[in-house]
Amino acid sequence: MSFRQPSILPGFGLTFGFTTFFLGAVVLLPLTALVVRTAMTDWHHVWDVVSSARALASYRLSFGASLLAASINAVFGFIIAWTLVRYDFPGRKIIDALIDMPFALPTAVSGIALTAVFAQNGWFGKYLEPFGIKVAYTWIGIVIALTLIGLPFVVRSVQPALAEVQRDLEDAAETLGAGRFYVFLRIILPTVLPSLATGFTMAFARAVGEYGSVIFIAGNLPLKTEITPLLIVIRLEEFDYGGAAALGFVMLLISFVMLLTINLLQAWGRRRLVGDRR
Amino acid sequence: MAGHGSNVHSAELASRPGRDGLMSALARWTFISVSLAFLAALLFAPLATVFVTAFGKGLGPYFASFSDSDTAAAIKLTLITAAIVVPLNTIFGLAASWAIAKFDFKGKSFLITLIDLPIAVSPVISGLVYVLMFGLQGWFGAWLQDHNISIIFALPGIVLATLFVTFPYVARELIPLMEQLGNDEEEAAITLGAGGWMTFFRVTLPKIRWGLVYGVILCNARAMGEFGAVSVVSGHIRGLTNTMPLHIEILYNEYAFVSAFAVASLLTLLAVATLVIKTLVEWRTGYRRRR
Repeated sequence: MSFRQPSILPGFGLTFGFTTFFLGAVVLLPLTALVVRTAMTDWHHVWDVVSSARALASYRLSFGASLLAASINAVFGFIIAWTLVRYDFPGRKIIDALIDMPFALPTAVSGIALTAVFAQNGWFGKYLEPFGIKVAYTWIGIVIALTLIGLPFVVRSVQPALAEVQRDLEDAAETLGAGRFYVFLRIILPTVLPSLATGFTMAFARAVGEYGSVIFIAGNLPLKTEITPLLIVIRLEEFDYGGAAALGFVMLLISFVMLLTINLLQAWGRRRLVGDRR
Repeated sequence: MAGHGSNVHSAELASRPGRDGLMSALARWTFISVSLAFLAALLFAPLATVFVTAFGKGLGPYFASFSDSDTAAAIKLTLITAAIVVPLNTIFGLAASWAIAKFDFKGKSFLITLIDLPIAVSPVISGLVYVLMFGLQGWFGAWLQDHNISIIFALPGIVLATLFVTFPYVARELIPLMEQLGNDEEEAAITLGAGGWMTFFRVTLPKIRWGLVYGVILCNARAMGEFGAVSVVSGHIRGLTNTMPLHIEILYNEYAFVSAFAVASLLTLLAVATLVIKTLVEWRTGYRRRR
């Protein structure tokens, strides 16, 4: 049992060495600093910061809004992916390319743009205002910002899976008398479910940590519209490094669990795909 | 990665049996309009508002926004940061994809997970980790101050935070591409006596160049647009440590909306250019990347 399979290609030592060195220096060492800093901080202080009313309210908001945004994305992302894969219409290719926009657009830009559109005098805000619906500077605004940045993750996960649904299976089912809805439930949904779950988790993970696009539209009131990443920034500005590190550590733990979940979901998806082909 | 969405032909769609009824026309119409309405409200309206507000008072005030010296300094800082970060992450991406795609070794998937880590980490944490190391009360803070070296609230901190955030982009683009293309041609080149570097430059690089182009472009867009991580380490010193996204925030908070959206329009154009290049690369290669 050796560390690596033999190969005639050269350069493993150089590239592997550089990769691990750079990874260690840029990513792992700083993240270790965060963990060590949390561990070195007085435990009572860590507990006070992590379990303060303000922190608890921020977890509720960050996770609640992210969960809601990811759910909205699961529904509309699926509809958009379906539209792009199954129907042809003028401008389809342009729409398809624009799906990645939230991924390429700086978060500060989407933040101020969404705020401008949904503020009281904005294009949409002025029509929502008479109904008493306030979007900007409330939790609704946060959900909208998080929905925007999570959308490409769901669409791009579901799209290839939808394209791989075997159309002859659908046709066979319909020939045998299955209705459209039954075909959707028993053939299409099972095929795309792992990808949909992966996209949902990615959108959720991204939303929980999001900062730039949220702080403009959120209003940032403590206990009400203050997300956890903002609370970290506030602790840091108060030079409470230990408190900031502790909050960061909590978020890091959660990110790590999400990443693990994504990998498990992807493994699940691969297994199902292999099963399909047998 | 067999068939994908972009290649569905209308002829194939039209040939499905039982797809010409009223119900299916209704379903089709509903799906398309719901999709377009959702994207219009969430994406197209905000994009349009960037340009409408930026040009809202005419061309004069739009271009006047860029003559401000703080704005010019912010643009310059953003360009310098990207010019340092993008080449470093490109070299890393090439090295990582060579090691991972060309060889089989233990713990490979764990290594890929670690490389992807910065994407799952909140941008605020990406900045925070460097403050904990190099900030005034950080590990090396006192030493750095004694030796008059500033990292946090200066260019090195901004570069490090951006490096962290954009770390995986080139590697993520290249690893699946190189795995898909296989090793046969490289092995042939080596067997015929070519050296490692020659094989890389003459065999591998031409094969992966379009994926590399997109990875670099995407890495660049993320580097120039990064807000959260840079915001934590920058200190927001006008004209000195403000990048373009941070400058947008300052202008916006000062109610200088035309200027804020004018700077935002540049970054929006950068994002549009990124997507155009991505689309060209996909048409060129017929390859859709995995996420």
